[in-house]
Amino acid sequence: MAPISVPRKPLKLIDRVSAINWNKLEDEKDLEVWDRLTGNFWLPEKVPVSNDIPSWQAMSEEEHTLTMRVFTGLTLLDTIQGTVGAVSLIPDALTPHEEAVYTNIAFMESVHAKSYSSIFSTLCSSEQIDAAFAWSEENEYLQKKAQIVLDYYEGDSPLKRKVASTLLESFLFYSGFYLPMYFSSHAKLTNTADVIRLIIRDEAVHGYYIGYKYQRGLELVGDAKREELREYTYDLLNELYDNEVEYTESLYDGVGLTEDVEKFLRYNGNKALMNLGYPALFPAEICDVNPAIIASLSPNADENHDFFSGSGSSYVMGKAEETDDEDWDF
Amino acid sequence: MESCRFDELNIATYRIPLRAGDEPLAIREPYVLIVPTYGGGVVAKAVPPQVKRFLNDPDNRAWIRGVIASGNTNFGEAYGAAGRIVSAKCKVPLLFTFELMGTPEDVRKTRDGLARFFAQRQSHEPHQH
Repeated sequence: MAPISVPRKPLKLIDRVSAINWNKLEDEKDLEVWDRLTGNFWLPEKVPVSNDIPSWQAMSEEEHTLTMRVFTGLTLLDTIQGTVGAVSLIPDALTPHEEAVYTNIAFMESVHAKSYSSIFSTLCSSEQIDAAFAWSEENEYLQKKAQIVLDYYEGDSPLKRKVASTLLESFLFYSGFYLPMYFSSHAKLTNTADVIRLIIRDEAVHGYYIGYKYQRGLELVGDAKREELREYTYDLLNELYDNEVEYTESLYDGVGLTEDVEKFLRYNGNKALMNLGYPALFPAEICDVNPAIIASLSPNADENHDFFSGSGSSYVMGKAEETDDEDWDF
Repeated sequence: MESCRFDELNIATYRIPLRAGDEPLAIREPYVLIVPTYGGGVVAKAVPPQVKRFLNDPDNRAWIRGVIASGNTNFGEAYGAAGRIVSAKCKVPLLFTFELMGTPEDVRKTRDGLARFFAQRQSHEPHQH
């Protein structure tokens, strides 16, 4: 199979450029998100991935192959988002500051794509790396998800492009993100997991922002169009979900983790919908993600914060700190 | 919030105004604050400025009885940080944390939980509306 090669049609560029004035904002969200993204800036070289070498060497060949395939799949998605996805949103921007935010998103996606190569060069041999990249070009489900998203990026609907982009940022990465979170919960490749956590944090801001701009865009269209886009969003999520299940099986069946990964997919599919302003699709009982994975993502997401259910017992009033009026004087 | 249908439970809901120029909200009855976590992973910026302004009024602070936070586990340790900060500063329990706009399950837990919470408090606070 030939390597994926896109776009087949040239992407549209903006028609007109004016000097951007950051002192005159049309949407304050643009500056807020710009500041958040630049404040969160990082490079993979800052994380001591080489400390994972002993851990990597203790892992099985099957785990090595799985890890490299997963990361190569993530590299492909980040490459798409960096070179096509985020860039394709620029001509649709409603404000010049929104255009600037997309250039930041595009650049960070390229940093993400490069960080997998940085992990590979630290841990793996060139034969292993070449084999993983060759695999990525032959896995039909990986190629299919790339193709589905790329088709929308080339299409003529700015709002559908934002839906596809949000689903990529908030849903399609997670079949891959699962693995480093799983390993980290077993004290394997913990520095690599730190790199992935930085990527996961960035994707949350990207998904939130593109989803927010989608919702602003929806305000400008009529009820019929809005309903069409709602249906389209659920249809696209279902189409991508079916393919993700196949992709997940092709990766994780060998290590017996498929069922666990699929719960994580549904959980993140719901979150992607929420970023677009839509209610969750998958019911709670099939989104019961392994608590070790959630804890690996967020050490604070434990049951102690469900005071209502009475299941968490660690809330202690004594943990409160002294406060006075000045604490709230900003 | 709307899907929780708090009006059916005789629980009044109020929204903290978005803009600095808006009339400030004053609450003079026991209440639970539902706060989103901002800051994109930066804990120091987790509590939205509007909520800080609201809680900067000592009379508003006097009536807070609990806090519920939303957030995103993608932000790691900062997940739901606004709830933990308000809980610590105001010495009230963090009742529940949910992600983004919440799933139907989160809505059910929040609705049922708050109904029980206010019912239990009513015996302590006879002035409860």
